Amino acid sequence: MTVLDRRISLTMGPALFNWPVAKWRDFHARLADEAPVDTVHIGEVVCSKRLPFYLDVIPETVERLQRGGKTVVFSTLALITLPRERKDSADIVHNGEHEVEVNDIAALKHLGEGQAFRVGPYVNVYNESTLRFLARLGASSVCLPRELPIGTVDVLAGMARALHIGCEVWSFGRIPLAISGRCYHARVEGLTKDSCQFVCARDSDGLTVDTVDAKNFLAVNGVQTMSHTYCNTIADVERLADAGVTALRLSPHSCDMVAVSQVFRDRLDGKIDTGEAICRIDEICGGLSFSNGFLFGKSGTEMISGPRP
Amino acid sequence: MTGRSRLELVCPAGTPAGLRTAITAGADTIYCGFRDETNARNFPGLNFSRAEMEESIAYAHERETKVFVAVNTFPRAGEEQLWHHAIDDSAAFGADALILADLGLLDYAASRHPQLRRHLSVQAAAANADAIDFYTSNFGVRRVVLPRILTVAEIAAINREIDCETEAFIFGSLCVMAEGRCSLSSYVTGISPNLGGVCSPGSHVAYHEDGDELTSILGEFTMHRVGRSVPAPYPTVCKGSFTAGSFKGHVFEDPTSLDASTLIPQLAAAGVTSLKVEGRQRGRAYVSAAVRSLRRMIDDYAAGLPINANALTHLSEGQSTTQGAYRKTWR
Repeated sequence: MTVLDRRISLTMGPALFNWPVAKWRDFHARLADEAPVDTVHIGEVVCSKRLPFYLDVIPETVERLQRGGKTVVFSTLALITLPRERKDSADIVHNGEHEVEVNDIAALKHLGEGQAFRVGPYVNVYNESTLRFLARLGASSVCLPRELPIGTVDVLAGMARALHIGCEVWSFGRIPLAISGRCYHARVEGLTKDSCQFVCARDSDGLTVDTVDAKNFLAVNGVQTMSHTYCNTIADVERLADAGVTALRLSPHSCDMVAVSQVFRDRLDGKIDTGEAICRIDEICGGLSFSNGFLFGKSGTEMISGPRP
Repeated sequence: MTGRSRLELVCPAGTPAGLRTAITAGADTIYCGFRDETNARNFPGLNFSRAEMEESIAYAHERETKVFVAVNTFPRAGEEQLWHHAIDDSAAFGADALILADLGLLDYAASRHPQLRRHLSVQAAAANADAIDFYTSNFGVRRVVLPRILTVAEIAAINREIDCETEAFIFGSLCVMAEGRCSLSSYVTGISPNLGGVCSPGSHVAYHEDGDELTSILGEFTMHRVGRSVPAPYPTVCKGSFTAGSFKGHVFEDPTSLDASTLIPQLAAAGVTSLKVEGRQRGRAYVSAAVRSLRRMIDDYAAGLPINANALTHLSEGQSTTQGAYRKTWR
């Protein structure tokens, strides 16, 4: 069995759901101690109302992750409208200690001269000119938008390599599809965003949205709308390596993410083949439906398991 | 009352005939796009060939009407020339402004055509003063089309801080997600609105009759099921009817459209420069009626007269309207 490409690193994205603080802290503690991931993102990307719940445990979490040898990156909110949100994003960019992932263009305004930053998956990077512009501004890596097909990944990963910046692809977890000013978790409970009573905390992986035919369709996560399927590129890592991708992003869920990241690492290191990797992910996630359709120019709901383009 | 500023009325044109109709009806400015993937209303049979664009801009200018050209999708990697040509041709034809969303295109337009006004498309969803500052200072953007997720108070606060004009949607279809950042249609159909300019493409739409019921389907998913006596709504994900927990119905938004015409005084007070009508895909009769009514309302307001609150209701017949995010309770 061949070692695919050891240079591909693993990134654990920011926790996207409203988890109780104990769960949030334990999740990151386990990552620090056990998960073979290189980079861990911290920060509230979805709803600024959630941040106060775990704000106090961030310093100890960061310290523990760093002790575990992880690079810690602070992610900004994906949609910034309130003055408090603008200030929070500015503070993250100004922190000076940790790398920053920008998820709303607003955060770019606060960059210091020559300050490096990472471009998050919520920024529209569809083409070479945009990537070049961001690299000129100081981008050190980009996590590509989730809907890009592999042909585009080829072009952009190649351009990223030429620009000496990293290129990451969304590889595991429900896919963020849209962000809104309106909170849908609140709306389905007859509430509004301002009076939400934090009903989103009931659904640790999002609230399933089904069609009227009872077919699983989407998942609501507060102001964010996600896929019902979990993106899973475990069978595609060879193709992603060929494209020149430098990192795979795993997005936190309630399933055993340490085990998931171990499967990805083992596959990248050539310790297991694709068949075994698929089986192990299935065992860990029991019963979840997966997709990789976006990567192959199909609808994002599909799981393409035949020959790859 | 005097001294009220007169808001600019920016109207859609899907065809050269539509452009002439909107000008006759009283538009100050027309926005339109080329007949390809470079604009966010890339529907079959719509938009302008090169010759049509050149003639239409000349026609509008003879009538003291401006033309903004929307090049507001995101160029496909490896195929950016198509978008660059749209920008170069708009400049050559004398367009009054480009409406852009992509960082790379803004960069291109600012360096190649610095004299041509650049407006930030709603597809860039710049929802706060910091983002807008970034676009004005990096690309010399002169106007921002505001995303349809802001309250009037937030728009006023933004206008107090920024260094460019703002344009706000007043009437037409309503996106409930931050524009240009939505992959719902893409997830279902595999065709990205950001890249191709089509949300919920007709090629992926089906209507099925099932006993007494009618369903409208997008891709493999049912968006609506209604009794046969009612027309099934066009299947758009964000307006679809679903179940979520014990909730059954429109999880994201009711099949409703925006009518913020009664907020003209508030939007003017909030410092908005111009009001935009959505609907390049609409017929000429609709555009004509909407533009005439809004022209009257804007002029009445500028003249210190009361505005007719019901002027537009007949255009939304059979459909409810909303003031959308302009009212805070929408959230």
